[in-house]
Amino acid sequence: MAVAIEAPFHVLAVDDSLPDRKLIERLLKTSSFQGLAFVCVVTTVDSGSKALEFLGLHDHEDSPISAQSDQQEVAVNLIITDYCMPGMTGYDLLKKIKESSYLRDIPVVIMSSDNIPSRINRCLEEGADEFFLKPVRLSDMSKLKPHILKSRCKEHYQQEQHLQSNSESNNSSNPTSENSSSSTSSNSHKRKAVDEEILPHTIRPRHS
Amino acid sequence: MEYSNLRRQIIFMKKNLFDQGYLDEQFNQLEELQDESSPNFVEEVAALFFKDSSRLLTNIEQAIDKYPQDFYRLDSLVQQLKGSGSSIGALRMKNECSVFKANCNDRNLEGCRRSLQKMKREHATLKQKLESYFQLLRQVGPRDYAVSSRK
Repeated sequence: MAVAIEAPFHVLAVDDSLPDRKLIERLLKTSSFQGLAFVCVVTTVDSGSKALEFLGLHDHEDSPISAQSDQQEVAVNLIITDYCMPGMTGYDLLKKIKESSYLRDIPVVIMSSDNIPSRINRCLEEGADEFFLKPVRLSDMSKLKPHILKSRCKEHYQQEQHLQSNSESNNSSNPTSENSSSSTSSNSHKRKAVDEEILPHTIRPRHS
Repeated sequence: MEYSNLRRQIIFMKKNLFDQGYLDEQFNQLEELQDESSPNFVEEVAALFFKDSSRLLTNIEQAIDKYPQDFYRLDSLVQQLKGSGSSIGALRMKNECSVFKANCNDRNLEGCRRSLQKMKREHATLKQKLESYFQLLRQVGPRDYAVSSRK
């Protein structure tokens, strides 16, 4: 049986402030969720429009440059963005991501130095998964863990499906579609195995 | 011992920076993030901050000198300065930014000019103090500093 290769967890960090970009990058790489079995790769950009460009989305479209999402060159697993940025704000960026059919499932975290409840609610209502008050600290990183685990479970599930459809197409002469219709019971069995594999890691915080 | 003297100086200098309100807890957070894989992290972030804040101060000065003044833009620039200041734990600068913002809000041009002068002084002072601090740290060596910072 094929073994799923553990891809790095890729975070896209968006902030117009240079010291803040360095800080968030370090926080992501240092944090205790590194106890999970993968490498965290961080890409930083200084604006919302550059973020959209990186994600393969143009401002005026909601479809990617390449037609199929599984041909995306760079996979992003989490987006963390500052709220207050010149031009496109973090909120605008969030909206564009959630409006895009192929980006909307990527968890988005908003950061802001202002503690304004209406702003926080607006972001959460628009689909932000977390809201961090700046300055961001190491303890905030643990709030990302559930989103990472959820994202990894989904990936493993999709990867298993993909591998299974590949092995099936190898065995038969008839072409099968990318998302093959294998029996649901065997898929759910596989998914259960994947959940068990990821969740029991004990995460001991590196810093108290 | 020369070495323990240095360490004592470092601890004393750091305590002063905190007691006199130049730095706050966020600076400790930065030091916690420094290790063998990123041994100059704090100094690097500080350098980025001073580069960024110098640029912002120049832009703020230009915005104040321009007539008619765009207080909205001025406030936005000060907000940026406040944000990055708070990220490195520059407490005095952060507080002065709040005063500055209030002046912008009131469209108080004289108040803004005073704030800018104060900000420039705070900026220069913090830069000089941190440079001395980092210089001492370099003499002690990264590994040993990591030990003493956990006290």
